[in-house]
Amino acid sequence: MSDLNALLDGYDPAASYCEMTAPNRLHEAGAAAILERLKSFNIEELQTRTSRVDREFYNLGITFTVYSEADVIDRVLPFDVVPRVITASEWSVLEAGVKQRVAAINAFLADIYSDQKILGDNILPRDLVLGNANYRQEVHGIPLINNAYVNICGIDLIRDQAGIFRVLEDNARTPSGVSYVIENRHMMLRVFADLFGSTQVRGVDDYGMRLQQAMIDIAGPEASDPTVVLLSPGIFNSAFFEHVFLAREMGVPLVEGRDLYVDDDDRVYMNTIGGPERVDTIYRRVDDDFLDPEAFRADSMLGVPGLLRAWRAGKVAIANAIGTGVADDKAIYAYMPRIIQYYLGEETIIPNVETHLCREPEGLQYTLDNLAELVVKPVGESGGYGMLIGPKSTQAEIDDFREKLTADPANYISQPTIDLSVSPTVTEDGLRARHVDLRPFAITGKDTWVLPGGLTRVALKEGSLVVNSSQGGGSKDTWVLSE
Amino acid sequence: MRTIETGRRTGYLLARYAESLFWLGRYMERAEAMARLLSVTHTFSQDGASTLSWNSVVSLNADEKRFEKAHPVLTQEAVKNFYLLDADNPSSILSTIRMARENARMLRPVLSSEIWTQLNIFYNRMLMLRPSDIADNNVVSVCNFVRESCQSHTGIAEGTFPRDQGWAFYQLGVHTERADQITRLVDIKYHILLPRLEDVGSPLDISQWQALLRAAAAYHAFRRSYPRGLKPETVAGFLLLNQTFPRSLAYCAIEINQTLTALRMHYGLRGGGVALETIDEMRATMAEQTIDSIVANGLHEYLDWTQAALMAMTDSLYRDFFSPMPGG
Repeated sequence: MSDLNALLDGYDPAASYCEMTAPNRLHEAGAAAILERLKSFNIEELQTRTSRVDREFYNLGITFTVYSEADVIDRVLPFDVVPRVITASEWSVLEAGVKQRVAAINAFLADIYSDQKILGDNILPRDLVLGNANYRQEVHGIPLINNAYVNICGIDLIRDQAGIFRVLEDNARTPSGVSYVIENRHMMLRVFADLFGSTQVRGVDDYGMRLQQAMIDIAGPEASDPTVVLLSPGIFNSAFFEHVFLAREMGVPLVEGRDLYVDDDDRVYMNTIGGPERVDTIYRRVDDDFLDPEAFRADSMLGVPGLLRAWRAGKVAIANAIGTGVADDKAIYAYMPRIIQYYLGEETIIPNVETHLCREPEGLQYTLDNLAELVVKPVGESGGYGMLIGPKSTQAEIDDFREKLTADPANYISQPTIDLSVSPTVTEDGLRARHVDLRPFAITGKDTWVLPGGLTRVALKEGSLVVNSSQGGGSKDTWVLSE
Repeated sequence: MRTIETGRRTGYLLARYAESLFWLGRYMERAEAMARLLSVTHTFSQDGASTLSWNSVVSLNADEKRFEKAHPVLTQEAVKNFYLLDADNPSSILSTIRMARENARMLRPVLSSEIWTQLNIFYNRMLMLRPSDIADNNVVSVCNFVRESCQSHTGIAEGTFPRDQGWAFYQLGVHTERADQITRLVDIKYHILLPRLEDVGSPLDISQWQALLRAAAAYHAFRRSYPRGLKPETVAGFLLLNQTFPRSLAYCAIEINQTLTALRMHYGLRGGGVALETIDEMRATMAEQTIDSIVANGLHEYLDWTQAALMAMTDSLYRDFFSPMPGG
């Protein structure tokens, strides 16, 4: 029977926590059964199914667009057919932890855009909030239904060597990736239905309905039968596929800035073949800066002049609210356990990664002393750009970075290099350990709902810890097991 | 608490979607018409006197200047490349399908997955074609592939597109393009194929007239209506005035008229009145005249007038539906 184990020959998670083979997982009947079923396939079969997936995604146009100087290339987000499994007990903790996080972020935003009690109580440095590039003075004093500033939240989690989930980053602006969660599941059901066996995996199909309901929840009281639209920057945006996907799932028009206008009555209208039609809720996938050329960047062609005015007048709901970026800033992140304690009076359910603030003298000194061991990130960037991974950098790169850091310490935070957990992943050489993270998605209208699972991103390069699609990452289906 | 009502009133179609659907319909028809034209031209130019008919493909599309820039010498291979694979030529099939796909991409919220997937695969295959794939007789199978792919699209659309406001604009696009194609085809070919004054009395080159009918997918339909003989006027009359053939000018005008009327009646739209008047005027001239009187008064002038009317109709669609003034 040695053949049965051949699939895992050469599979070595080293010191990382393995999402499939860690000893404590094998006590869970559901997780163990999936591993057993996986072992009944050989690597050639898995490779064949992987290439079938690639072809199907390409034909279906489930792609993101990469613009180089000369070319427009539609690229498939690489998909790995081995799922990442989350047990029911793990998920109940994660779900509660994500809800807690969202509640704290919304309470924080409601406070800093009104009474600013948290600043008065000296929990957070004043300038960290008020001097933040993503803090929008214009948002001050707008009451929102249920204080739902962040309606769609994506929280990036990693898992350390002890198997403890930790929050790496909050995404409170326009988090993307949820379309892949749902498409990945559909794809798995098509090409790998035999891996599900009798295992009950929680569904992901009601995301669109939940999102639509939340958009209706937040519409102003004037709208008896609210019209919801999704505002996209257009087909040249790399996430355009996701915009289409979500508009379809919700059954609402996918509009661009040029389709909308704000009239003298401060209401938002879209241009239809029958004339102007009132819009009540806008799920926007356009960043704050580009949303309203009257209020923000005047050169924006993607926005709607007067949108801020309409929003301030309570004539339209915007999701996520303007100005949420201040909450997912990497410097604010360091204070999140204190923010949770302050507003909710609770201990943090999903802990942070240990974080040093270079804006504070002790933090800067510690960071400079340990650059070779730390990951240093600029606070305002996303997508894994502009960061230093100490242990993977040359002395010259470290020295270079030291200069940047000393020149502008407040722009950086540092964290120990955290090992990410691994998951068996199909490669040319066989099934190999590759690092993964997890981005659960939470929707908030009248209350908060968390999509079971979330997007599992996988760093396809051997040893790589960078899971971003822009830098060689792929994705996996995420299976949350039922009780 | 407000919930999603399953029977919620659907509002008016987004103006930009209406425009994109109109063009999706046009581009798919345009690609199909081009594939037919190239295939027929290839088949009927095998007997030597070919340059003239390849030339007419260029003039049909009013591409003389652009073509001359890309290919100083007009050869069969140059024309085939220019109209099948040339990404820089906006009237090539590749470009046409690219534009159809761009529109479809924008329209994905209102298109079935099947429409999108088929078009996406079609475009990806077009991208992989190389000049050797269309050399010599290969061009016929490539043209067949294009035609069949366009027909698949039409069939999937027929079977999956809800008969709503969007469908109306898609149909307006389809029939506007067919009307445009048929008038241009008749205009160019009629004068090329008519015997010159000094040749009057010499036997007519029947095969070229048959080719014209085949380029419009009309040969057998024509034969059923006119089992005996083939006269230039009868061919032109059939392609322009026949009320049952789906690519004739008269048929397309009826479809456009009915679609516009339905849009105004079913959806209470106020726009489209000018477009409707334009089409009605076009239909009136066809009802009043025979092909003989049209030819006697000048076929070319008549077709020019028709083209201008189609353009005026499209303009009024833009004014009334595609780019309504904010607040207007």
